[in-house]
Amino acid sequence: MCGIAGVVGFDGELVAPELLRRMIDVIGHRGPDANGVYTDGPVGAGGSVGLAHARLSIIDLSGGQQPMPNGDRSLWITFNGEIFNYVELREDLIRKGYKFATHSDTEVILHMYEDKGEECVRHFNGQWAFAIWDAKRRRLFLSRDRAGVRPLFYAHQAGALVFASEIKSILAHPAVERGIDLEALDQVFTFWHAVPPRTMFKGICELPPGHSMSVEDGKVRVWPYWRLDYSHIHDRMSEEDCAGRLLELLSDATRIRLRSDVPVGAYLSGGLDSSVITALIKQCSGTRLKTFSVTFEDAEFDESIYQQEVINFLGTDHQAVRCSSGDISSVFPDVIWHTEKPTLRTAPAPLYLLSRLVHQHGYKVVLTGEGSDEFLGGYDIFKESKVRRFWAVNVDSRCRPLLLKRLYPYMQNLQAQSDAYLKAFFHVDATDLSNPFFSHLPRWELTARLKVFLSDAVKDEVRRADPYGEVKKLLPSEFPQWDGFSQAQHLEATGLLPGYILSSQGDRMAMAHSVEGRFPFLDYRVVEFAATIPPRLKMKVLNEKYILKRAAGQLVPPSVRTRPKQPYRAPDARSFFDPRTGTARHAYVDELLSRARIQKDGLFNPLAVQNLVAKARKGRVIGAKDNMALVGILSTQLLVDQFVTNTERSTADAGN
Amino acid sequence: MPEIEQEMRQFIVDNFLFGDKETKFSNDDSFLDRGMIDSTGVLELVAFLEEKYGIKIKDNELVPENLDSISCLVRFIDRKSRATS
Repeated sequence: MCGIAGVVGFDGELVAPELLRRMIDVIGHRGPDANGVYTDGPVGAGGSVGLAHARLSIIDLSGGQQPMPNGDRSLWITFNGEIFNYVELREDLIRKGYKFATHSDTEVILHMYEDKGEECVRHFNGQWAFAIWDAKRRRLFLSRDRAGVRPLFYAHQAGALVFASEIKSILAHPAVERGIDLEALDQVFTFWHAVPPRTMFKGICELPPGHSMSVEDGKVRVWPYWRLDYSHIHDRMSEEDCAGRLLELLSDATRIRLRSDVPVGAYLSGGLDSSVITALIKQCSGTRLKTFSVTFEDAEFDESIYQQEVINFLGTDHQAVRCSSGDISSVFPDVIWHTEKPTLRTAPAPLYLLSRLVHQHGYKVVLTGEGSDEFLGGYDIFKESKVRRFWAVNVDSRCRPLLLKRLYPYMQNLQAQSDAYLKAFFHVDATDLSNPFFSHLPRWELTARLKVFLSDAVKDEVRRADPYGEVKKLLPSEFPQWDGFSQAQHLEATGLLPGYILSSQGDRMAMAHSVEGRFPFLDYRVVEFAATIPPRLKMKVLNEKYILKRAAGQLVPPSVRTRPKQPYRAPDARSFFDPRTGTARHAYVDELLSRARIQKDGLFNPLAVQNLVAKARKGRVIGAKDNMALVGILSTQLLVDQFVTNTERSTADAGN
Repeated sequence: MPEIEQEMRQFIVDNFLFGDKETKFSNDDSFLDRGMIDSTGVLELVAFLEEKYGIKIKDNELVPENLDSISCLVRFIDRKSRATS
């Protein structure tokens, strides 16, 4: 697990090694163990190239240095991630006559590219972002894993193509401009993330998950090599067969994710998914497993009782970090330095503390339960959409909307509502049923209300933006034929999962402390199989992840299987303002939200922000919308402060 | 009556629109239809009414007919105040 960066120059000049070093140093947290650069050219119109790599040594500790060449040094790779089936692929390649100089998965990628060209990625089971320089063809090939676990960004500006694992590395290139993309801000305040390839930075793109890319003769080409498909649901699949196959795949997905030359730990949330993964690891490995968790000082968010049950049940060697509101505020600027995008919740911050704990205990790799909620139907949004669909069939029903109360037992504000208001909040209309975004409209509409805080200038600028239209463009042509449950899953798995969960809460928080996350539920065999499971087995009536409970339920304590799912959350507004004193917990909060600063940065309406801050000081920011607004505005201000206004940090190493 | 109307309008603007001048709404505009209120907003509004006007709102009164526009609110407070006085 590592950081990668590089430049293809079209101006006939050599790519300066010092520039490559500067680019890789700024993401040094991703790979503190070693680093290296490679340059070639310029040759003719094919230009020059420079590759850089920061290494976190996990597989083949002595032999995996990068950038790495193939045997005749005509191919050079810089690679971030893991190819978990490299052992099997290596055996095949050796049978075909390929010679290996190392035992790394990196070299397997090189030979697979020699053998199969761009199609090689279809054979990989893993999480990757890499670039291969094909010196004979003067061509750079880049690729990113199917689900979007590992990040890859690029900018095609000023006579060069610049790419890297993180945007801050691209910004270290002096020719790349620094500016906020206002349309991206509008999208974040709708979907929680920008719609790829757009990022928060003008002119900087994300290579979308499941895509490859080439740079040749100054031309950039991007294409998908894989996509999620719900067209082949096995309607007649029996519960037993389905559960059996799922467990078999999950066990193997876990087994190959334990391939590592350093010890592997696991995150434990106290919920079903991480408990199942922990239990599966235990079945594969004889040694006592090290597990890690976050606990909260605030009882509303704390799950330590459930974590303790799993620890006792599975007998793991456990470490926990306790998170207070002050802790969240204290690390939040660093969190945004790593997310490189605004966040509408503070939930990434505790995960930043958690990866620090893992690092302090000398661990570099953790397995987690990410992906289960998306692919096996765990989220409340699926349940909510199912109830709303059921209700939309008979809009005048008095009983049907009452099911809504069962959805969010932990949301007191909602439980206190009358039926009339409940119906109004989750409004349905029979005509909505044909809307492709049926499942997500309540969430997106609620989030879009945050735009009331945008400044008049920004509102003017994005008035013609069409965020829903941008998402619609990305939908596969078969989408309208899929059932509602599958549509909701697709939106979630291609939207929030890569755009927020795997990035802001995933890769960025773990890699901030040089920790690699591995996710058995995101094994493409599990994902592709899950896409064929009938929705009735994923959510039986309103019992979420039913088939996972059936498949692996006996591996975890009964309480984990039967208790209602609790979403992972952390305190938001009260992390930044102490309602007892009415003051901000840290000076940066006051500074960045001050009238003068808001006015100067120009993104938000100073008066609206002042009113929101006044409300927060009194401890009266309690609803989802106000909380999202406060965290969203503060994180956007931190982003501007660290990446656009004050560029010192982004031109020197963060020192993490 | 105009006084209550003014107080209601001020509360809505300060708490739900955060003083945003661009959002204009008439006395009959539905807070729900205009996307101005969410589930927490309803409870905030109720707490404000109870505190400010010394009234007690029953569960079965928590319906849009009573609370969903400035006009509804003015009528509702008027009716409640008479009942308590």
